[in-house]
Amino acid sequence: MTIDATDRKIIAATASGLPITAAPYAEVAGWLGLTEAEVIARMAAMQAAGIIRRVALAPNHYALGLAANGMSVWDIDDAAALELGPKVGALPFVSHCYLRPRALPDWPYNLFAMLHGTTRTEVEAKRAEVAALLGPAVRGHDILYSTRILKKTGMRLTGEG
Amino acid sequence: MRRSPLPEGALDATDRRILNALQEGFPLSSRPFAEAGEALGLAEGELIIRLTRLREIGAITRFGPFYDAEAMGGAFCLCAMQVPADRFEAVVTLVNALPEVAHNYERAHRLNMWFVLACEKPEGIKRAAARIERETGLKVLRFPKLQEFFIGFRVAA
Repeated sequence: MTIDATDRKIIAATASGLPITAAPYAEVAGWLGLTEAEVIARMAAMQAAGIIRRVALAPNHYALGLAANGMSVWDIDDAAALELGPKVGALPFVSHCYLRPRALPDWPYNLFAMLHGTTRTEVEAKRAEVAALLGPAVRGHDILYSTRILKKTGMRLTGEG
Repeated sequence: MRRSPLPEGALDATDRRILNALQEGFPLSSRPFAEAGEALGLAEGELIIRLTRLREIGAITRFGPFYDAEAMGGAFCLCAMQVPADRFEAVVTLVNALPEVAHNYERAHRLNMWFVLACEKPEGIKRAAARIERETGLKVLRFPKLQEFFIGFRVAA
C-alpha cells in the first residue's frame, strides 16, 4: 500500500492520539474536511496494511508501577533466534524484541528484548525466565540498565533525510 | 510524561478493567466508545468520562492509532558508542545536537551511550553516524533491526 497526501493528513492529525469524544473519527474528519466514513475507511486500510499496528490505549507503565526496565541482550545462533524470537516477543513483560546484527568483536549479542518489572529484582527474575525459555541456544547474555535519559524527542519525519 | 506510580486508590476496579481491555484494541467505527463500552458493561458517556480522567491523571501515555514509522517510509537505527567518562558530557552535546538523534540513553555498560537515529531515508542513517564519528572521533556501532518480534506486551492494571 502506498499512502497518499490524504492519508498523511490523517496520520499527522492522529499522531498524538484520538480525541476522547463520542464520535472521534467524525471529529478528525471535521478538522481535515473529510467525511467520517472516509477517515474510517482509510484508517482501516492502513491497519490492514500494517501502517497502523493497532488502535488502542497505551497505559503509562511507570504510573502503574512498572518502574524498572532493562535492555536484555542475547547471543544466540541466528537460525535459533528466528525460531525463538517470537516466543520471547510474546511474553507479556517484553515491550520490544528485535533481531539485530552483531558488531564483533565489540558486541556479540543479536537478540534484544526490553524487559519491564516493578523493581530491578523483578526484572532480573524476568531475565532468568527468558534464559530458561531460550535454553541451550544461548551462548551468552547481558542486561543494560539506563542510568540517564540524555535526549527524548518525538519522531521527526518532516526534514531532509 | 508521568514517571512515578499513581497514588494508591487512584484507580478503581472499573478503571483497571478499562485499561486492560482497551490495550487489546479500540473499534474503528462511528461510535467506538459505545461499542467498546458495551463489551465492558459501561455506558458510552461513562467510558468517555473515565478515559478522559485516566488521561488527565497520567495513567495513559497514548490513546489512538499506533503507526509503524517504517511503514510510513522512515528509517531508524539503534546505535551505541563507548565514550570515555571524562569526555561524556561533551559527547552528549555533540550527539544530541543532531536532529536525527531521536532519543539517547546513558547505560551502565562499556558501551555507555545508546541512541536512535531517525531519518526520512536509509542513506540519512549512514550520513548521521559518519558525522558523529567525525565530530567525536569515536566509533559508532550500528544495530539496525533485522527482524521484529514483539506482540505480547501488556501492562496489567
